[in-house]
Amino acid sequence: MRLTGLILLVALGGLLFYGALDFPDWGDPGSPASSHVSPYYIEHTMSDTQVPNIVTSVLADYRGYDTMFETVVIFTAGIVCIFLLRTFKTTVSESKMYRHLPTGITIRIEKGGKVPDDSDHFERIDSVWVPYDLVIRTTSRMIIPFIQIFALYVIAHGHHSPGGGFQGGVIFGASIVLFAIGFNLRTAIRQMGEKVTAFLCALGVFIYAGTGMVCILLKSNYLDYHALAALFGTDPVTARSHGILIVEIGVGIAVMAVMTVLYITLSSAGKQDEGL
Amino acid sequence: MIWQIELIILVLVVMFGVGALATRDLLSAAILFGAYSFLLCLLWAIMGAVDVAFTESSVGAGISTVLFVSAVLHTTRRTDN
Repeated sequence: MRLTGLILLVALGGLLFYGALDFPDWGDPGSPASSHVSPYYIEHTMSDTQVPNIVTSVLADYRGYDTMFETVVIFTAGIVCIFLLRTFKTTVSESKMYRHLPTGITIRIEKGGKVPDDSDHFERIDSVWVPYDLVIRTTSRMIIPFIQIFALYVIAHGHHSPGGGFQGGVIFGASIVLFAIGFNLRTAIRQMGEKVTAFLCALGVFIYAGTGMVCILLKSNYLDYHALAALFGTDPVTARSHGILIVEIGVGIAVMAVMTVLYITLSSAGKQDEGL
Repeated sequence: MIWQIELIILVLVVMFGVGALATRDLLSAAILFGAYSFLLCLLWAIMGAVDVAFTESSVGAGISTVLFVSAVLHTTRRTDN
């Protein structure tokens, strides 16, 4: 069986390399892509959209319809993850672990029992090993604001430098994942509950698709941002630049929320209670 | 572009890719995939595709490694094949 697999792998790999021989050379100016499509973007991006980063304008303006469905794909990934993994039924023999803060003693409370509600000396901890993590908590508390500001910079500065909604959204989501790792999953869920994240997933896609609808309402084509000039009170070229920014913000919100949902659902195996 | 650096990174990419498939420890495989993604990101940057490199480094080397590790937490660390 292994031998058959190896022979198949080598044969298919060889076929792949044989097919790749027909590709034009890397950076070949005579290749079809470089001789018809790319020159238009390179020559017209500045006069059409006022965006110095050609990749951003192609992604969010010229090929905006593709990018919208990329966002929908990410949204679907988050929703499917919730549908597949989320469990609402709590297991039968569930005992919870608490730490008595003044003494540092760990106690286990069986199902039915509970710690005094009015006492704030008890801290709920995971049933796996939970060390005192003062250094990790303090470090992540210091780093997280800078990560988030950098994420917002990546989204907002995508017109001029590499970056945009996808990258900024992932970095923002990573800051929330860092928060969940540095503190614990329950604290992160209290800050970014599943209702909030599910709403933000949908909101991001809605902002993107809604921008296209506004363009239709302003008697233009779908996602043709220069119609937004009437709303912004600017010339059509600047309006396209602004339209790209709005769409990137939508993508960023959706990606950030989906990354949070994926992490929280995967690491807690759908129970959204204990996890990494 | 320095072809020696490119060659070293290409060889390392292949090594990490094969290593991630060959290792029986799932946690090591997740970390190897992170290293693989990061080297691939360097390769994109060398080829001038800076936006792709940025996406690869944030999604491939960043978030997906965390997701792999958090998924490994809920399964056995060793695998049979």
